[in-house]
Amino acid sequence: MKAATIEKLTAVYAWTCGILLVGIVGGILGYLFYRGWPGMNLSLIFGDTSPVAAILLRQPVFNGLFPAIFGTLVLVLLSVSIAVPLGIAAGIYLAEYAGQKARHIFGMIFDILAGIPSIVIGLFGFSVAVFLHHHFSDRIQPCLLISALSLAFLVLPYLIRTTQVAIEDIPRHTRITGTALGASPLQNIIHVLIPHSLGGILSGVVLAVGRCAEDTAVIMLTGVVASAGVPRSLMGGYEALPFYIYYISAQYTNEAELTSGFSACIILILLCASLFGMAFWIRRRISARLLYRH
Amino acid sequence: MERTIERLLFFAAITSAGLTLLIFIFMVILGLPLIGEGRFFSLLTTPWSPSHDLFGIYPMIIGTLSIAFLAMRFSVPLSMGCSVLVTLYADSTLSRFLSGLIRLMTGIPTVIYGFTGIFLIVPFIRQIFQNGSGMCILSASLLLAVLIAPTMILFFTDSFNRVPAAYTLAVDALGGTRAQKLFYVILPHSIRGILSGMVLALGRAMGDTLIALMIAGNAVAVPTSVLDSARTLTAHIALVIAADFDSIEFRTLFACGIVLYGFTTLLILIIRGLSTEKEEVP
Repeated sequence: MKAATIEKLTAVYAWTCGILLVGIVGGILGYLFYRGWPGMNLSLIFGDTSPVAAILLRQPVFNGLFPAIFGTLVLVLLSVSIAVPLGIAAGIYLAEYAGQKARHIFGMIFDILAGIPSIVIGLFGFSVAVFLHHHFSDRIQPCLLISALSLAFLVLPYLIRTTQVAIEDIPRHTRITGTALGASPLQNIIHVLIPHSLGGILSGVVLAVGRCAEDTAVIMLTGVVASAGVPRSLMGGYEALPFYIYYISAQYTNEAELTSGFSACIILILLCASLFGMAFWIRRRISARLLYRH
Repeated sequence: MERTIERLLFFAAITSAGLTLLIFIFMVILGLPLIGEGRFFSLLTTPWSPSHDLFGIYPMIIGTLSIAFLAMRFSVPLSMGCSVLVTLYADSTLSRFLSGLIRLMTGIPTVIYGFTGIFLIVPFIRQIFQNGSGMCILSASLLLAVLIAPTMILFFTDSFNRVPAAYTLAVDALGGTRAQKLFYVILPHSIRGILSGMVLALGRAMGDTLIALMIAGNAVAVPTSVLDSARTLTAHIALVIAADFDSIEFRTLFACGIVLYGFTTLLILIIRGLSTEKEEVP
């Protein structure tokens, strides 16, 4: 009974791998929560400052995670607002206007951009900052703006791809009905294509937010610092959650700091997981709902 | 109006494409003094020892390759097993749970893998092998294997599911077992998808900075065993970064950048080659 033996072995192997994977992820998450949960409280985030005063930026927070969380939020908001208009516009161009050949060449270039390691993009951002510092103004140095621009490059190819795919996935008869009835290409884009692909486009945006929030390699070369307080200007340093985790892993001096590192991990993981969950929810819900409303 | 918008959209596409090339051009220009002095290629084969005026990145290239390929050796069998479980052996509830878990894994930041690795894997490896600090190629590639597994599983299951149902149903109708369906129908049909997933995962493994930086120990010697500490190209860039624009140390970072850019571009071209060729229809 050779076939039966192979069948049994394959099944055992597949189940072993599955259990191993669940075990690894469960182990990592469980360990993080076991070590970090005791430190999860308001003073972890706000230190000795009152939460209301901190959120309104009336008082600085010295020994809490608030500046790092706030820095990450500002950074993500900045880079996404740079990348989203550019990425969606390029995606629409590729899906609707570009010819066969242009689409092929652009597609290849954006695939390459998507594959560039984030540290190389960070190195690029850093060198641009140093270059500008030497040749234009002494005031320019690695800072919040440079980080945001570099992160925008990092997520640009994802936005372009998801937009292009979302539009191209619209059934062909829907895509061409508008123009067949006399709508201009632009009217077709605004009234038909964007509403029908909104779910896909938005989930691309949410994934881009997630990538910006988690990335450490780009920001550690382009301006993040260990303690800067809440970011005051685009040209200054700032703190960020992932960098705080990296910094603590190398520089912690006592058990309390280590626990705050684990707690920061939990906050970051909850942030990223909820963003990714949102992306999948949006993809399923919004597209379906818009379809029925029309 | 129509024309203006079209031009604007074209402008967005060309700007984004221009940026990609600009990154490469910037690397080459800043690394140019090295190429001009004829030192670029010797950099790729010599060791790193600033005190002896040696700034080669050979150890980092070896570090990157050995960590990435060792991670692949752990991760490919694991991902393959999980994909088989999801598509063939699990019932729909378990299958949905596993797919959700795998998507969750793609959302876990690498810095978190690095952070947990320091306190879970490193002491474990140190105790088992009683060798050094535990910060070594083996520890880093074990964690990298977990990092790249979801990429591969998503690609594998996707290409398994694209095998036409007529073929898989035919196996069932003939009384074949699930293993026979896997080995004789599904695997031969999804070989391109499997290869694409592996190449993409290799690219992720080479491009990752934080795990190697936090776990591999960052020694600049050429590693000779998996228990040796090693430094990857990515970690090297993160460690040597300095504001002194004219120093040779800083210039060599662009050599690292060019090598990484070259590696990943090559991998992307392979993937595109795999996916554009027409699937053979028997």
